[in-house]
Amino acid sequence: MNAPRLIVTASPHVKDDDSTPRIMWTVAASLVPVIAASMFFFGISSLLVILAATLGALLTERFLGRPRSLRDGSAMITGLLLGLSLPPGIPLWMAALGGFFGIAFGKAIWGGLGQNGFNPALIGRAFLQTAFPVAITTWPTPGGDFFALKGDLFAFPFMSPSADVVTSATPLGLFKFEQQLTPIVDLVLGTTGGSVGETSAIVILLCGAFLAWKGYLNWRSPVSIILTVLVLGQLLHFINPARAAGGLFHVFSGGLMLGAVYMATDMVTVPTTNNGRWLFGVCVGAIVVIIRVYGGLPEGVMYAILIMNAFTPLINRATQPTVFGTVKLKEAK
Amino acid sequence: MAFFGFAHGVHPPEEKELTSALPIRRMPYPDELVLPLRQHAGKEAKLCVKVGDHVERGDPVGLADGYMSVPIHASAAGTVTAIDWWPHPDGTMAQSVHIKVEKYALQVPRPRLVPRWEGLTVEQVVKAVQDAGVVGLGGAAFPTHIKLAPPKDYTVHTLIVNGAECEPYLTSDHRTMVEYPERVHFGLRVMMQTLGVSKAVIGVERNKPDAIAALERTKPADLDVTILPLTVKYPQGAEKMLIKSVTGLEVPSGKLPVTVGVVVQNVGSLAAVAEVFDTGLPLLERIVTVTGHGLRRPANLIVPVGTKLRDLLAHCDGVTPDAAEVIIGGPMMGLAQSNLDAPVIKGTTGVVVLAAHETRGEIVYPCIHCGRCLDACPVFLNPSWLGDLARVKRYADMADYHLADCMLCGSCAYVCPSNIPLSQLFQASKVALRRTLQAAQQAGAA
Repeated sequence: MNAPRLIVTASPHVKDDDSTPRIMWTVAASLVPVIAASMFFFGISSLLVILAATLGALLTERFLGRPRSLRDGSAMITGLLLGLSLPPGIPLWMAALGGFFGIAFGKAIWGGLGQNGFNPALIGRAFLQTAFPVAITTWPTPGGDFFALKGDLFAFPFMSPSADVVTSATPLGLFKFEQQLTPIVDLVLGTTGGSVGETSAIVILLCGAFLAWKGYLNWRSPVSIILTVLVLGQLLHFINPARAAGGLFHVFSGGLMLGAVYMATDMVTVPTTNNGRWLFGVCVGAIVVIIRVYGGLPEGVMYAILIMNAFTPLINRATQPTVFGTVKLKEAK
Repeated sequence: MAFFGFAHGVHPPEEKELTSALPIRRMPYPDELVLPLRQHAGKEAKLCVKVGDHVERGDPVGLADGYMSVPIHASAAGTVTAIDWWPHPDGTMAQSVHIKVEKYALQVPRPRLVPRWEGLTVEQVVKAVQDAGVVGLGGAAFPTHIKLAPPKDYTVHTLIVNGAECEPYLTSDHRTMVEYPERVHFGLRVMMQTLGVSKAVIGVERNKPDAIAALERTKPADLDVTILPLTVKYPQGAEKMLIKSVTGLEVPSGKLPVTVGVVVQNVGSLAAVAEVFDTGLPLLERIVTVTGHGLRRPANLIVPVGTKLRDLLAHCDGVTPDAAEVIIGGPMMGLAQSNLDAPVIKGTTGVVVLAAHETRGEIVYPCIHCGRCLDACPVFLNPSWLGDLARVKRYADMADYHLADCMLCGSCAYVCPSNIPLSQLFQASKVALRRTLQAAQQAGAA
């Protein structure tokens, strides 16, 4: 018998064939229908914004990230999600800058994949919201010519964009500042003003359901966020209908779907335990409703998730699983 | 009988069809046998032969060193040619007796008394089982006689027989149940009487319907024996998981099964005990599944203890060109071998030769805290958390998070998408923790 060259590894010697890059790339691929929907509503502009944000994120990962970290696909997700959370008319250089900031300060300085405390896409968006409050709240009206640009996309960096574009407030803004309610059907389908990807709730839900079915997404946090927003929103609506819109309105409006399905399920920045994910979701949902109803901003999903990201280590610590054989069971027999 | 089941666990590909239908064959004696004196949990056997001695098949070469030990017997007639340190399947070196097998010998053991088990006291049965060198044949090789005499302050109500065989690839227990069901029931009868229990349950995973049928067919009418089909899930055959599945009882953390009134024995051990009271022969050989996609001719073999892996694989026509890893035991908990001179010992359930494409990848990604390991861990640990702690060597904190309850089943590392070798980290942490505690004790004593 010939002497084979033997590998010696520790057990287990076999592994199921899922890998971190496969999870990441599948999540990224699952965003394709969402991107398609956004192009349906906002035309080429939305694609340009997403491309700019993704390019910013990928280039930053390439130069600031760990060697070969582009391959794991996580920077791709960050870029796509950031692009989807921006208004379709935002100047492209801002989108790219957001991608840079999200990866550089939301991920790379923490130590790369798996080490960051906060969702990098939301860090990028929070930066843009603070730096360019006007550009990021200028919401173009959906529809119109596919190739018509929805704003001064090619504005030169650090120049104020010329604002001669048809805009309309988001449903949340309409309600908060003008007491005008958008029909739920429009919200579900996405024929309303809003950011690139946060308009069509039904597409996002379907993509999320696909990921959950594949086992690449833990359904507990999105479900608990949506339920909390529904129940709490409806409760406040009963108390004061003029101030708080109904639960369904809250669930389907704004960035809630994108946030709940794609950002509150980012494995790195949400609790690891299932109980922790329930808790995380309930807290996010409550903060969203509180910001929307009582806060100065019309929308609160981004801050709600970022705030709860900060609590993730604490929730993890508090929700450690109960180990086998440490609870006294009652006699079975 | 109710089936309770256990939570979590994983479903690795079973790969049992390679050997599950192959009848057990006897392997010819190799030219040389190597018998390590350490083949069981507990104290290693005391050497009782010297170089040049002639031994008959069944003669002891090592004697039990106290109660927590069993003797080692020559598995073939021959001459002791050397006593030296030799590669052991656990990766270390162990003091071993080399026997040059006598050519053309009939390999008939010396005439011996077959104990009539009906008239024996508990102590006599325990002594007979110990003298025969019987250990748990499920892999851990815990001396069987110790489990036959549990501490007096517990009452045992059920004897559970482990026929789950949840490790992928392995079929030795499966074939034992199919081909020697009478022996299993006979061993069970002896054990039930010795333990004084009236109730026994044989747990068999559902993927072995022929084994379940064979056991049902030969079931003695006068004993309360239930054959319970179990869900096919790894690690169904882990002692605490099996007890939970069969009785619904959780063995308290850090305690032995006897605290909930249960004793667990492997089907192979039962057949070995039956052998002792049937023919009087000690444990000289065992059934080994030699299999894997890297092996030319998989088989279920009766292998003399001490057969070198090299001879065993050669008997199966050798390995294929893409063979990459030789494992003693199953692929989930087995030990990869670096030296094919290591022998088959009493606890060797199988030898699996993995092809290159089945082995783990080399790239390890950072933990993304996806939580899959939490959903896999059958004892509800948080492997992700423990893995983070192990990486920064916070062993004392790991102990607080129940590192001791980890049985190294490998479910977490099996599902980890980042390919983090979690069970290896935990194994190393357990060793490091033990060393720290020992050092602290010595410092305290001094």
